[in-house]
Amino acid sequence: MAHTDRSGRPVVAVTGFGVVTSLGQGVEDNWRRLTAGESGIRRITRFPTDGLKTTIAGTVDFIPHEPPTVAALALRIAELAAEEAVAASGLKQDDVPGPLFLGFPPVEFEWPQRQAIGAASGANDHVGYAELFRGAATAQFRPMHAQTLFAYAPEMLADRFGTRGAPIVTSTACATGATAIQLGAEAIRRGETSVALCIGADASVNPESLIRFSLLSALSQSNDPPEQAAKPFSANRDGFVMAEGAGALVLEELDHALARGAKILGIVEGCGERADDFHRTRSSPDGKPIIGCIRAALADAGLGPEDIAYINAHGTGTPENDRMENLSVTTVFGEHAARIPISSNKSMIGHTLSAAGAVEAIFSLLTMQRGRIPPTINHRIPDPAIALDVVPNVARDADVARTMSNSFGFGGQTVSLVLAREPA
Amino acid sequence: MSDRDALITGIGLVSSLGEGPDAHWAALNASPFAPVLDAQAYPPFTLHPLAKVEFDRQIPKRGDQRQMESWQRIGTYAAGLALEQAGVKGDKELLDRAHMIVAAGGGERDVSVDEAVLSGIGKQAHPDAWLNERLMSDLRPTLFLAQLSNLMAGNISIVHGVVGSSRTFMGEEASGVDAVRVACARLKAGQGDLFLVGAAYNAERPDVHMHLALGGALRTKPWAPLRARMEDGGGAALGSLGCFFVIESRAHAAARGAKPLARIAGIEAGRCRRNPGEAAANAQRQWDALAPAADAAVITAASGAGATAEELAWLDTLNRPVRAATTAFGHPLEAAFPAALALATLSVAHGQLFAPLEAGEAPAQGALTQAVANCWGHWRGEGMALVAAA
Repeated sequence: MAHTDRSGRPVVAVTGFGVVTSLGQGVEDNWRRLTAGESGIRRITRFPTDGLKTTIAGTVDFIPHEPPTVAALALRIAELAAEEAVAASGLKQDDVPGPLFLGFPPVEFEWPQRQAIGAASGANDHVGYAELFRGAATAQFRPMHAQTLFAYAPEMLADRFGTRGAPIVTSTACATGATAIQLGAEAIRRGETSVALCIGADASVNPESLIRFSLLSALSQSNDPPEQAAKPFSANRDGFVMAEGAGALVLEELDHALARGAKILGIVEGCGERADDFHRTRSSPDGKPIIGCIRAALADAGLGPEDIAYINAHGTGTPENDRMENLSVTTVFGEHAARIPISSNKSMIGHTLSAAGAVEAIFSLLTMQRGRIPPTINHRIPDPAIALDVVPNVARDADVARTMSNSFGFGGQTVSLVLAREPA
Repeated sequence: MSDRDALITGIGLVSSLGEGPDAHWAALNASPFAPVLDAQAYPPFTLHPLAKVEFDRQIPKRGDQRQMESWQRIGTYAAGLALEQAGVKGDKELLDRAHMIVAAGGGERDVSVDEAVLSGIGKQAHPDAWLNERLMSDLRPTLFLAQLSNLMAGNISIVHGVVGSSRTFMGEEASGVDAVRVACARLKAGQGDLFLVGAAYNAERPDVHMHLALGGALRTKPWAPLRARMEDGGGAALGSLGCFFVIESRAHAAARGAKPLARIAGIEAGRCRRNPGEAAANAQRQWDALAPAADAAVITAASGAGATAEELAWLDTLNRPVRAATTAFGHPLEAAFPAALALATLSVAHGQLFAPLEAGEAPAQGALTQAVANCWGHWRGEGMALVAAA
């Protein structure tokens, strides 16, 4: 008889995952360093940081990529994470029998590209868009047209992995990676497909992106030492640390996976989401959208708060996020909240933005699989207003059967996932 | 007929031709058809500028308008029109569980900052440090929020209170197809009853012209309607446009007494590497799967760039009346498919196809009960939807 979940839907299993972060490439390196409480945050060397208030990030500096743009880096680490995920699943590298759901940042031109186009116009004094049009007309930048389309990355990955049908590339700000997983889980539950490749990837550390977040006062300015900058749930937290990374998951209908003898690495039991209508960068002060999102995830899984044994926090380390996450978790989980360990991977890897939801879902699965909770590092000065067990500074052995992973974005898009170690 | 049929109960459409279904229907049936063009803004390109819109009517708070750039205002406005027509606007209970899927590109840049940086950077002894300094002092802090792709949806939540969920799809033309496709799939499977889906595009910005010009995708000769244009080098003319739909299940629409305009009977999407004949093969598979009725006409979202010649040649094999939406209001990238779907919906709602937009488009004979919206991306992605009487 076919396996179904509490709502009678096909069960969504995870049969492969792969990850790249500033801590390294691959699941094993990442897990070893994450549970050792190591930080991947470092001084930015990709470009001069003269005059910037924030000069640190969780950059991925060890992956060659061409052209030298952050979009090309994001695509390359998405590909590497997906290679690891597909290999783990036992599927063929160029024949993944299902659709691709990619969480990816909006692709933009970078300044060196604009400068090159301007230079091709022959203008040497005023370089405006009229001159850029002239430079563009020289036809020497043809590849740049496709490479700066939003459809480029999903199309390249669909070609590479042989996924089926039209690929979807999504952006829900910091919830993007979780949205990609949710889209895949929904497609499997609809019976549209037995397999989905879900990826979240981001590389955005260039001058303009860093400055834009900086101008929104979102970034930590605790530049020295870099590895102590990200301090979620601490009283002295002062913002998030921009970071790069990619996480890829092969989602698979449980019976399909069992029939081909695939190893089950976890189950996606529930997905919840809400949109916030309060403000472009701030959450509703009453926490209603986040509370609704967490409750929706539990309801989708058919579970109650007491069923969750660990929460992988959004935990960005901004004063606002951590306060709201605390409010929401304590509201939903009540007395149980104080007993649930909740930790922030971002204390070590920074905020991987569009990748975060996918990367942190993978770390949640590893937490359950290996029975060890990664810590929230840099937790030296606890925030007296936050009475959560944030697994301070040192990893902890624990038997975790079910995890909630939270992702809350600028623009008010929130997603929570309920992940289980094994089928219910 | 099924309770889970995807019915369109509201359309919000704003373009160079005006605002709302009636204004568009009138403009499309004017003889001869007269497009609204601007060849002065960004020569040598021609674009279709947005008609004058009173944004206050859908975005009452000036503070909200100030926080947005044009593409977000156009989308938020069109979303408001769709919610209004569907009778959902302001209904907190419905908005609370309405799901939103928006197809979006990237937001506006500060053109004066771009031009000042590009003009100055070559003269600096320390160009990197100078760039940091300029951006730190010249970028408006809130501009980022007008640039992030997901912030059109964010603004729609803030202004109209759509909070059930919010997802943004990217990927140019294909994202418009996928937004509608995923909404329909979720409706059919019971993963939601009420959706707000759409896209908006602002063509009145130089950065998007630069991007498409790099690929040789834009028309540089004087504007011509699509078929005539293809005889003369082709190329796209961009158009400002916002198009949103309220799509809901038949049971949900019936229970609240909402009047359907039409039904999305099917929607297909595919991809290929665009080797010759591959896109047409995808389209033929989609056409066969949708199996349109004998009276169905086709609205194409072809841009004039990319594989447009192949698309028109394939469409001609169908022997159906075809209308090119881009002749009407230009090419609005992410919004191209929603806009073609809107014209298909209006045609079904009127029971007839609108008049030819150029001599190369054959007049339609008699009534129709179905219309097809076809959309091939200017680079990649092929999608098609069948609209039928509700």
